[in-house]
Amino acid sequence: MNFVAFRMLIGDRAKYIGLIFAVAFSTFLLQNQISIFAGIMKNTGHRVIDITDAEVWVMDPQTRYFDENKALKDTDLTRVRGVPGVEYAVRLFKGNPVARTNTGRFATCVALGLDDATLTGAPRHMILGSWEALRRPHQIVIDKAGYLMLFPGEPLELGRELELNDQRVEIAGISDALPGFVSLPIIHARYSEALNFQGRQRLQLSFVLARPQAGLAPEELALRIQDATGLKARTTWQFAWDCVAYYVQNTGIPVNFGITIAVATLVGLVVTGQTFYLFTVENLKQFGALKAIGVTNMRLLGMILLQAVTVWFVGYGLGSALAATFFNITLNVIATRHITLLWQSAAGVGIFMLFVVLLASVAGLQRVLKLQPAEVFRS
Amino acid sequence: MTSTPSIAVHCQSIRRSFGSGDARIEVLRGVDFEARRGEMTFLVGPSGCGKTTLISIIAGLLDASAGDVTLFGSKPASMTSRGQILFRRSHLGFVFQQYNLLPALTAAENAAVPLLAAGMKHREAVDRATAMLQRLGIGEKASVLPRLLSGGQQQRVALARALVHEPRLIICDEPTAALDHKSGESVMELLATAAVHPERAVVVVTHDNRVFHFAHRISHMNDGVITHTTTH
Repeated sequence: MNFVAFRMLIGDRAKYIGLIFAVAFSTFLLQNQISIFAGIMKNTGHRVIDITDAEVWVMDPQTRYFDENKALKDTDLTRVRGVPGVEYAVRLFKGNPVARTNTGRFATCVALGLDDATLTGAPRHMILGSWEALRRPHQIVIDKAGYLMLFPGEPLELGRELELNDQRVEIAGISDALPGFVSLPIIHARYSEALNFQGRQRLQLSFVLARPQAGLAPEELALRIQDATGLKARTTWQFAWDCVAYYVQNTGIPVNFGITIAVATLVGLVVTGQTFYLFTVENLKQFGALKAIGVTNMRLLGMILLQAVTVWFVGYGLGSALAATFFNITLNVIATRHITLLWQSAAGVGIFMLFVVLLASVAGLQRVLKLQPAEVFRS
Repeated sequence: MTSTPSIAVHCQSIRRSFGSGDARIEVLRGVDFEARRGEMTFLVGPSGCGKTTLISIIAGLLDASAGDVTLFGSKPASMTSRGQILFRRSHLGFVFQQYNLLPALTAAENAAVPLLAAGMKHREAVDRATAMLQRLGIGEKASVLPRLLSGGQQQRVALARALVHEPRLIICDEPTAALDHKSGESVMELLATAAVHPERAVVVVTHDNRVFHFAHRISHMNDGVITHTTTH
C-alpha cells in the first residue's frame, strides 16, 4: 500500500507541488534567516577569536565588548604579570584611525597594536607576506577585505603605502582576518607604532592578553586575575560571547530577525500544516473507499505518515539545497564571506518542519480514523 | 442460525436507528433478508427506505442496533474489529455508485488495490488485475488513469476491483445510477456473467427498474422493512 500512498501523493501534481513548495519555502526562509542572524552575531566576537595567542583578556571592569573599552594604566600590565599562574601577559592597543591611500580614498580602520617584543596577537592566517615583517619600522599587515576596500579592483600587492594620522606606513602583509560586525579594514602594527595612528590619549593600553601556565585552565586564571587586580578578566570564548550578548541586548537586530523568523515559522506552521491537512481531508473519500475494501487503520496511518515524510523529505531537501546555494553564492562576497548555513540551523529547521508535517498529518489522520467507511455509499 | 448451504447472507430482525431522543430516527425496523450463492439478489425501493443502511450493515461497515447478520455461516458482528476488517477484505467486494476509484492510480492499479491491501507484491497484483480487466473487456485500458475513462469503463474497473480477489459476496450500490442506459445494461451484463458464481452471492441495490430482469431474486424494501421478495 506504500505504493498507493505515494501515488495518491504525487498524483495531483498541483497539490503536490504546492505542498513541496510550502515546505521548501519555509525551510529556506528559516534556515536563511537563522543562519544570517547567527552569522552576524558570530561576527561580533571575531576580533576576539582571531587573536589565538591569548587565552585570557584583561580589561577595565566596565568594558562590555571589544569595540568599546576604557584604557588601562601601563602599570596594570605589570600587576597582571604578577598574578600566580600567568605564563605571559602582553599589551594590546585597539584604536580606530582613518587610513588614507595615495588616491585619496580613505576608511576608518580597526588598528591593533601588538606587543613590540613578541608580536603576540599577530594574524596567523596570511594571504601574502609575513606577520614577522612587522618588526621592521613603519610596516603594517592589513586584512584582504580591508585591502580591497581601500584598493578596490586592484590586485593584492605588498609595498603599497597608507597614511594614518600623518604617519606613512607600508603594507608588509595581507591577512585573512575573520570579518567583524562592521566591515572595517583590520590593521596590525607594533604597539609603539599603532599608538601614533590616532590622537594620543593619556592612557593607551586597551587590553592585556595573558596565557596561563601549563595545567592551569584559562577560566581559573581569569578568576585569579580578577581577584588579584580588580580588573575584568575573561577567557577568549567568554569575551567573544560577551560581545555577542552585547549586540543581542543593545541592538534591534534580534528583534528584526526575530520577526522574520517568527513570520517564517508561522508560514511554515500554517501554510504547510494547513496545505497538508487539506490534502488529507480532500482525499477522505478515497481513504473511505480503502477502509471499506479492508485497509486497516494502522495501514492508513502508515500511508499518511509515508506521505508526510515524503513531503518533508523532498520539501526540506529542496529548501536546504536552495539555502545552501544562497550561502554558497554569498560566500564569495567579502562582506558576507563567513556567513554560512549552520548545521545547527539545518538540523533544527529539519526537526521543526518534520514536526509541522507530522502535526498536520495527525490532524488529518483523526478525520480519516473517525471516518465511517459506510460513508462511501453516500453519493 | 437458520442458514442453509445455499444461503450466503442471512439477516434477521435487523434494526438500526440514528440520533437520540426526539431526533431519533429508526431507519431499519426489523429487516429479514436473504441472498443466496449463485444468485444476483436485488434490493429495491424508494430513496430513504434504508437500502444503503442495510447493505452497510451486511458489509460490516455499520453496526446494527439489533438483529443478526450471518455471512456464509459466520457472524462478523461477533468478531474483533480487526477480524471484521480481515473478513471484509477476504470475502467481500464492493461496487460503488460513484466508482470511488483512486484518481492517481491506473485502471490496473485501481483494480489491484484489494490484492495490495492483502499484502500481495505490486507486480503480481497488477498482473492479476490486468487479467481481470481483460476478462471484463477493457484490458487495453489497463494503464489509463480513471479520468480518461468513460463512466461505463470506470464502473468496469470498479467491478474488476470487486472481483479481483475472488470474494464470496459482492455488494453493489446503485452500479448503474451514474451511467446511461446502454452503459448500465452493459455493466449489468458483465456483473451477471463475471460476478455470478456458484460459490458467490451478489447483492445489488438499485432504483433502475430497467435492469430488474438481471435479478434472480428481488427484495422490495419500504420504510425500513422488506415488504416482499419475488424470484425470477
